[in-house]
Amino acid sequence: MKLAVCIYEGPYNHEASDSAYNFIKAALAKGHEIRGIFFYHDGVYNVTKLMDPPQDDRHIANRWSELGKSGIDIVVCIAAAKRRGIVDEVLVPNVRISGLGQLTMMAIEADRMVIFGD
Amino acid sequence: MSEEKKKIMFTVRKPPHGTIYVYEGLEVKLIMAAYDADISVVFMDDGVYALKAGQDTKALGIKGFEATYGVLVDYEIQKVFVDRTSMEERGLTEEDLLVIGEDEDTEEPIRPKVVDSAELGAMMAEQHNILSF
Repeated sequence: MKLAVCIYEGPYNHEASDSAYNFIKAALAKGHEIRGIFFYHDGVYNVTKLMDPPQDDRHIANRWSELGKSGIDIVVCIAAAKRRGIVDEVLVPNVRISGLGQLTMMAIEADRMVIFGD
Repeated sequence: MSEEKKKIMFTVRKPPHGTIYVYEGLEVKLIMAAYDADISVVFMDDGVYALKAGQDTKALGIKGFEATYGVLVDYEIQKVFVDRTSMEERGLTEEDLLVIGEDEDTEEPIRPKVVDSAELGAMMAEQHNILSF
C-alpha cells in the first residue's frame, strides 16, 4: 500500500513523532511504500539540526534525516515553518521546505494518509 | 484527467481557539480547494464551535477566522457539514451557525448542512483520504 504520513506535534514533548517513526519503520518492513512525510503545526520542529538531546536519548531530527536519505520525500510546511522560525539554514539534511500543495499531492496520490497528533 | 476526482474530507474536531490546529487547518483547506480534488469539510465534537457566528477574538490578540469561514463558498468549498449530535450536545442550533457564502443566483445565504451521524459515517466511508484538524 502507498502511505503518506503527516505529523502535527513537536519532538520530545509529544509521542506523535516517535509513533509516526515507528509506524513508518514497521510499514517499510512489511513492504509498504511511503509516498511522503509531511510536517505541519509544531511538527516542523522535528527536523531542526539545532536540537541537541542528551547522548543517551534518541536524536529525533537525525532519525528523520536518515529516513530522508533512504529516498523518502520529507516535506516541512513553509507557512507553519515561517511562523516558528524554521528555515532552510536550520534543517537537517534530506528534508525540504515546501508548500501545502505537497500535502495535497500526498493526500491525492497515497492510498492512505495517516496523521499523528492530538 | 480522465480519472475521477479523489474525495478528500477534512474533519474539524477541536475547539477553534486555545490551539492553532483549527486556524492552520483552515489554511490547508483553502490551498487544497485550488487542486483537482473533491473537498468536503465536517465540523464535529468541539469543532462545531468554529462555526458559531459572532466570534470576537480581539481580546485574544489573534486575527480570528470567522471572516474566512464566511466566504468558504468563494474558495470553492461548498460541501460543509455539521454533525447534528455534536451541535445539539453543545446547546447550539442551526441559527447559531455562521453563513459560509451566498447563492450566486438567488443571493440567498448558504449555511453549513446539519447531518446525522449515520449520514456522516456513510460519507466518510466514501472518502479517499480524511484529514483531521
